Amino acid sequence: MTTIPDVTRPGPEDTDGHPGSAPDVSLEADALVHAPGPPPGASRPRTALRAAVPPLVLGSALIGLWYVISYVILEPHRRFLLQPPHQVLDNGFLDWDAYSRILRALWNSTQVALIGLGIAISIGFFLATIMSQAKMVERAVFPFAVTLQAIPILAIVPMIGFWFGYGTTARVIVCIIISLFPIIMNTLFGLQSAERGMHDLFTLHHANRLTRLRKLMFPAALPAVFAGLRISAGLSVIGAIVGDFFFGQGEAGIGQLLRRYASQLDGEELLTSVIMSSALGVVVFWTFGWIQKLVIGKWHETEVLG
Amino acid sequence: MKGETDLVMTSNTNGALSFDGIGMIFPDGTEALQEITFSIDRGEFITVVGPSGCGKSTLLRIASGLLEPTAGSVEVDRDRLGYVFQDATLLPWRTVRQNVELLAELHGFDTAERKRLSTAAIDLVGLQGFENHYPKSLSGGMKMRTSLARTLTLKPPVFLFDEPFGAVDEITREHLNEETQRLFQSEGFAGLFITHSISEAVFMSTKVLVMSNRPGRIVASFDVPFGYPRQPQLRFDPEFALLSGEVSLALRGST
Ligand SMILES: Nc1ncnc2c1ncn2[C@@H]1O[C@H](COP(=O)(O)OP(=O)(O)OP(=O)(O)O)[C@@H](O)[C@H]1O
Ligand SMILES: [Mg+2]
Repeated sequence: MTTIPDVTRPGPEDTDGHPGSAPDVSLEADALVHAPGPPPGASRPRTALRAAVPPLVLGSALIGLWYVISYVILEPHRRFLLQPPHQVLDNGFLDWDAYSRILRALWNSTQVALIGLGIAISIGFFLATIMSQAKMVERAVFPFAVTLQAIPILAIVPMIGFWFGYGTTARVIVCIIISLFPIIMNTLFGLQSAERGMHDLFTLHHANRLTRLRKLMFPAALPAVFAGLRISAGLSVIGAIVGDFFFGQGEAGIGQLLRRYASQLDGEELLTSVIMSSALGVVVFWTFGWIQKLVIGKWHETEVLG
Repeated sequence: MKGETDLVMTSNTNGALSFDGIGMIFPDGTEALQEITFSIDRGEFITVVGPSGCGKSTLLRIASGLLEPTAGSVEVDRDRLGYVFQDATLLPWRTVRQNVELLAELHGFDTAERKRLSTAAIDLVGLQGFENHYPKSLSGGMKMRTSLARTLTLKPPVFLFDEPFGAVDEITREHLNEETQRLFQSEGFAGLFITHSISEAVFMSTKVLVMSNRPGRIVASFDVPFGYPRQPQLRFDPEFALLSGEVSLALRGST
């Protein structure tokens, strides 16, 4: 076992003197800047650098802490509980056999999450739209939507398996249940967010219900819809992993893998899977943020974080 | 009194817009308007000044049909009614041009016609070059101009303004007053304008009405003798000052 990693990690001094590290994070810094007009060209790399340094410093500190735990706090015979970072890198990320298995499982879970999210979006949009059109429907559906939100997902996972089997269908249903509420609520809130003056304008010019919905309520709802989508997308990924953890049939996803690695005490692979699952969540969150920027960034003052 | 407010076409002699004994008591018991009777012909520009909360906006909402009065009746053709609100109410997801085209769109004009109408209206309010801007990048005055242009595309025979320039600075307001007055001259609509500003009222109108505190009633009426087009320096004319003073006195007396 080597003591000091030969793999270079970016230390704090690395980020200061190394301009090459700035472009990597400029995208992220971009998203942090408020929507209106690009700042004057000269200040841009500097802003990016300023945005990049704090997380890099914190990240390096955390990796340092990780080393301290692995080598100082844990005695050698208990070191398997938290292998040092370069070990995880070697046996998880750089061992193609293990890594490709993780990626395949992750891909399966991603597909489940996306299918579930897609169905939740369709149901959510539909429900929110009819709720926005009839107060009665809103009153009828609202308590159930809130109840849906309150269900502890772990409590009903066994029931879902019992009813729908232990395959892909059950996994997708977990995703739908967990991601539906924010879509309904945000879409409904968005549809109701058009100002009274704008509604008056449409009333004044004899717009019918469909025109009002199409030209006023739907576009007005978009910012809230995207806020809901980002939350739901993250939840759907969690749903896919939780569902997969419990349902063993069909194509195994990352949940099954996590369970197997944990029971076999494969610390490095387990950590790799956890890191990759988190990465998936982050990628999904970013992707929706990016779509949001693409669709409404031109007109909406969005504060896109992350 | 049957309280019927059904719109009657402008075919009769009562003018483009007429109020007959309008009264408004809200469900919560607030009496906002009492016995409002007056009418506006094409080529007339009437301004109503009155203390805050006296029912001016309520009167316009009744004129436009957004609100049913509890007494009296309104006669107006509501097919192409122009109504400029206190805030610009632009749709933030539409560019200036798309916003200006909205009403023509709602009234079912085809693309070519919409484009022609919006280009003309944008020229009228001096927004050339800003067609592709979104509202978030416009100043308050430009938003108001866009809102004006949007209404102008309909060539409305009756034009209602609810304190449209209340939120812009003095200089911009004076410019917008001059433009509105020019538009009135070129388009020849019947105008009903609400404001807190006496100089704005006198500068643009053919007649100024003063409303009392709530419940709002018309307590004074002043004919404005100046012809059109009116030049900016009219504001420094002694006669202008005199008339403004009289309106101001009446307004004080009403509170
Ligand atoms: N829907 C409503 N229900 C009850 N009272 C109302 C309603 N709308 C307006 N009012 C009341 O009627 C009165 C007149 O309101 P309105 O908005 O017409 O005043 P205004 O003259 O336009 O005031 P301002 O100059 O401040 O715009 C106010 O006292 C207001 O509180
Ligand atoms: Mg008002």
